[in-house]
This record gives sequence, structure tokens and C-alpha cells, in this order.
Amino acid sequence: MSKLNPIAKIADLPEDSKFRPGHRLCAGCGPAIAAKLITLAVPEAIIVNTTGCVEVGTTIYPYSAWKVPWVHVLFQNNAPVAAGIAAALEKLSAEGRAKKMPVIALGGDGATFDIGLGAISGALERLDRFVYICYDNEAYMNTGIQRSGASILGSATTTSPSGKVIPGKQENKKDLIGIVAAHHIPYAATATLWLWRDMINKIRKAVNYSEQGPAFLHILAPCQFGWRYEPNLTIKISRMAVETRLFPIYEIEDGQLKINFRVTKPAPIEDYLKIQRRTRHLLEPKNAETLQRLKEWAEWSWQRLENLEKAGKVF
Amino acid sequence: MVIGASLAGARTFTATASQGLAYMWEALYAASGLRLPIVMALAARALSAPINIHNDHSDFFGMRDAGWIMFNGEEAQETYDLTLMAYEIAEDPRVLLPAVVSYDGFIVSHAISDFYALSDEDVIAFLGKRSTGPKLDPDNPRTFGVLALQDSYFEFRRQQYEAMENSREVIAKVFRKYEEISGRSYEPLKKYMVEDAETCLVVMGSTVGTARSAAKILREQGEKVGVVDILQYRPWPAKEAEQLFSRFKRIIVMEKTMSPGMMAGPMYEDIASTIYPKYNGVKMVDFTYGLGGRDISTKGVIDIYRLGKELIDKDKTDVVHFYGVRE
Repeated sequence: MSKLNPIAKIADLPEDSKFRPGHRLCAGCGPAIAAKLITLAVPEAIIVNTTGCVEVGTTIYPYSAWKVPWVHVLFQNNAPVAAGIAAALEKLSAEGRAKKMPVIALGGDGATFDIGLGAISGALERLDRFVYICYDNEAYMNTGIQRSGASILGSATTTSPSGKVIPGKQENKKDLIGIVAAHHIPYAATATLWLWRDMINKIRKAVNYSEQGPAFLHILAPCQFGWRYEPNLTIKISRMAVETRLFPIYEIEDGQLKINFRVTKPAPIEDYLKIQRRTRHLLEPKNAETLQRLKEWAEWSWQRLENLEKAGKVF
Repeated sequence: MVIGASLAGARTFTATASQGLAYMWEALYAASGLRLPIVMALAARALSAPINIHNDHSDFFGMRDAGWIMFNGEEAQETYDLTLMAYEIAEDPRVLLPAVVSYDGFIVSHAISDFYALSDEDVIAFLGKRSTGPKLDPDNPRTFGVLALQDSYFEFRRQQYEAMENSREVIAKVFRKYEEISGRSYEPLKKYMVEDAETCLVVMGSTVGTARSAAKILREQGEKVGVVDILQYRPWPAKEAEQLFSRFKRIIVMEKTMSPGMMAGPMYEDIASTIYPKYNGVKMVDFTYGLGGRDISTKGVIDIYRLGKELIDKDKTDVVHFYGVRE
């Protein structure tokens, strides 16, 4: 496979994406924007999708939004399916019976953080040659906004509602990249829609690395339906998540962690929480303790990343 | 992993047993729904709880409706032969369904046994390279594993049923083709001393040999008994089963599985629904035996035969009978 170089400007990308219009995802859908950026970054790839919004919204028979080979099997097995495809292509292309091409496993946070984590870990440990991209919208949106291991502390979901008893989810977001990095794979990174060039170049870098072993991307993809904000705010929300330090942008390459977007003066978390109905209850005085916990978690996570960055090649 | 490799166009094989099979319940349906010609070996074993590891057929019958072609080998030779034939059947463009070849866990899977292997050249000539089935191809990008709703799901499933029906003819053809190169002939229902039999013992797996020994002894004592082994379970060989089973007076079904809440096991139900109500002169009785690897001897099969015959003649056949259990 030919190496994909980083892009400098939008004109470096193909004019049209192989993720086609006409799909049934919501207006302002973060994962849909992510899907489009993925196909722009890597015009030729096999996509292995988990069960989730992107799957059901793009492939309602007899229609498909994908002009690349695409498959959905189960909720939890896109990593082993992708690994199987990559292994078969390796063998078949050597015999001239197939064309070798990048294999991208695409999964939501439910599939990645929770349901498929064991299968993903297996594929990472075996150093299978594929790219895993998690589009994280911080809950099971497709099934009706149930909490996942990716939902942030205090978020109101249908299984962690905010009310008289609890102010939303009581636990912090799982450290996905921490788990992934513990497999010591060639490349792992976070990205989000607002920093679109960073995201595209990371996808391209991940594809290059996938010749050697697995590469992993964790992409924050806001969901207007589940986070309950106006559809035109998706990119702004994606930006605010970064600027509040709630979603740090970093990569781990060759064992070295590097923060790619350094937030020196974090924006107030309150501004981010108050424009989303899943979190605005955290600003009520009775929920001050949860808000404080969320702030401390964001700060602790950021400090930890800075320490890991300074520590050298620790992964 | 094999689902992915099969989608990429490779010929794939996997093996499992017991909990491993139960754990892949979803994947079984996905493999047949995606029409992938995967071949899988199953060392048939009991299911937890309590955990056991030894042979019975609970796992095998558990995948009955998953849309796989299902064979059961009595011993190593049959298992080997059926595995090779399974590829030729599964990959036929009229079929494109996964196939499982089951054989008894431990009793066959962990026993040392001689068998005749074909030469690599013969196998390559028999199977060729895989050229059919779904393929992820950049030059012809297609979408697999779609969301099919109320307006289309039923049609997908109906086609799967059709493919299974098509496999009957393909199986017969492949059995013949394999006989030409191996000299070993196969048929969906394996018969022993059934020609003049009044009573038939129906068994599956490694017990078939034990049942043959028992039938031989019983024949010497003047009992008109035969043995039928269900080698091809899905597609159920309905025509062959109707012709065969309708001519017995008594059918004693021995099952290494249990269907709690039902008055019979799966093989009994299959045979009964094949011959009733057309041939209501045939009486049947069902025995559950050997769960969790409990051994069955020749004497055990003889006991089941005598007891079964007595129960049928006294018309006490409306419940499952358990053989070899402490109660």
C-alpha cells in the first residue's frame, strides 16, 4: 500500500467523499461528519462497522451511503472481523487473488468502550494489521441514550437520569486510550471534528502504521440528539470539549505521548455544560459536588497526560 | 476472525466446542445470514452449569436453527471426509451457507485412531480454490450486513431457507464425487441391519458403533433390530427419513441432549414430524442418555432396546425416559 502523506490544506483532499449524501443520520450528527472525514482521509479502504448509529443510519436496505467496501457483522466483533480481513488480504494479495488495502474498524463508544473491548484487546495484543476508529458520542445513542463507559460524570442519560436521587451518571469516563496504550501498539491518538486537519492527518498516519500492527484513534463526535443541543453547534461543542480540557488531543507514537493541542488556559467547564441539556443540571447548586468532581477529574487527567509526556517513552 | 477472512474471499476453517460454541451464538447466525461458506469442526460437549467438559450433544443441537449445514461424524474417518466435503457443499453458488462437522468430544476428539487421508493433490483437485460467495472488493464496492427492516428482512431469511433446500441436491452430488476419489460412500442416514428390522434404534455420534454391536448381539437372540445413524442433521433428510422410518413398528430414539419442558428430544421430534400423521402405525419412544460424558456400553444399548420395546408395547411412550441416571 502506498504511504499517505499529511495534508496541509483542504485542497489536498479528494473533492468528493465516498461517504455519500442521502443517509438517515441526524442533522448535525458528529459521527456522520467523522465518517465523511475518514473517507476523505483514506479514499480506498474497507470499513468494518459495529452495530450503532452509523451502521443503521447509512445502510437501510436497499440503500447504502458507502462507495467503499463496507460490512457490518455484530455489535462487538469489528476488531476481529477487520483482523480477519487484513490477514486474508495479506495471503490472497500475495497470490494475486485480491487487492491489499487499508482495513478500518469503525465503532461507537458502546461497541468500543464496553461491548467489544475484550475482542479489541485481543486484536491489539496479536498486533493485527488494521486501524480501529472509535467515534465516541458518549452514550448508546442508537438505542435511546443509555449510559456507556464513555459517558462523562454527571451526564443525564435514560439509564442515568438526572433527578431527585442522582445528578446523572455517577462514574467517570473510562480511559480508553490508557487501555489501548497498555497494549504497546505502534500508534494511538485522540482527535475531534473541530481540529479536522489534525484528525485527517492522524487517520492517514494510523493507516500507514497499520502496515506494521494495529493503530487506534479515539474521536470525540458530539451527538445533538443525545447531548441535547441545537444541531448547528456540533463543531462548536467539539471545540469546547477540547478547550475545557475535558477531551485532550494527544497521540502516542513509538511509546512517546505528545499533546497535540496544548490548552494553556482552559475555558470554563460551565460554559460547555450549560449549552447541553444532558449536563446543564450540573450548574444547579444542589449538584455542586458532582460539578466539582468533574472539574477535578478533567484537571487530574490533563496533569497526568503532561506528566506522561515528560516521562519519555513510557508506552 | 473467520467471518472477516471469509468476507475477504479466503477459504476459512475454525474449530470449537461447548461454551465456545454457545459464546458465538450471535456469530453463527451472522455467518449464515452473510452467506459465508465457513467450515467449522465441533467437538460436541456438554454445556454449563454445572461445568463438565465431557461429551454430549447439547452444544450441537443448540445451533439447530442457526442456518448451518450440520453433519455428525461417528469416528475420525467420517469426520475427516465430511470436513473436506463440507467445503465443496458450502461453497456451491446455489448454497453459500456455513457448515459444521460435529464429532463426539473426547470419545472421538481425544482418541487416537487410524484413518485414510487423501493426498494433497487429490484434495486440491477435489476442492480447487474458493471462487464463490460474498467478497469485499474495492473495484466493486458493496455493502454487506445491511439493516433490513420489515419490508426486506423476511425475504433475506426466505432466501436462506431456499439455499438450505438447494443444498440437498448438492450434498448428494458431492457425496458421489467424493466416493469416486476416496472409495468411501456416504448417505444422509447411515443404516445397519434395517432391511427386515421391526425395531429401529436411532443414534448419533460415537454411540453408533456401540449400537451396532448391541444390534448384532440382539439379532443372535432373534430380535429384529436395526440401527440408523443421523449423519446429516441439517438439512434434515426428510425424504430418506420418511421412506426409512415409516416401515418400522417401533423406533427407539437415543439422545445425548435434553429439552427441558418438552416430552421428547430433537431427533425424536424430527422423526415424528416426518412420519406423523401419515404413518401413525409407527410407535416411538425417546431416551435421554450419556449426558456430561456418562459412558454407554453395549449392555446399556441392549437395556434401552428391551426397555424401549416394552414401553412401546405397553403404550407408555408419552414422556422422555432417562437411562443411566441415579434418581
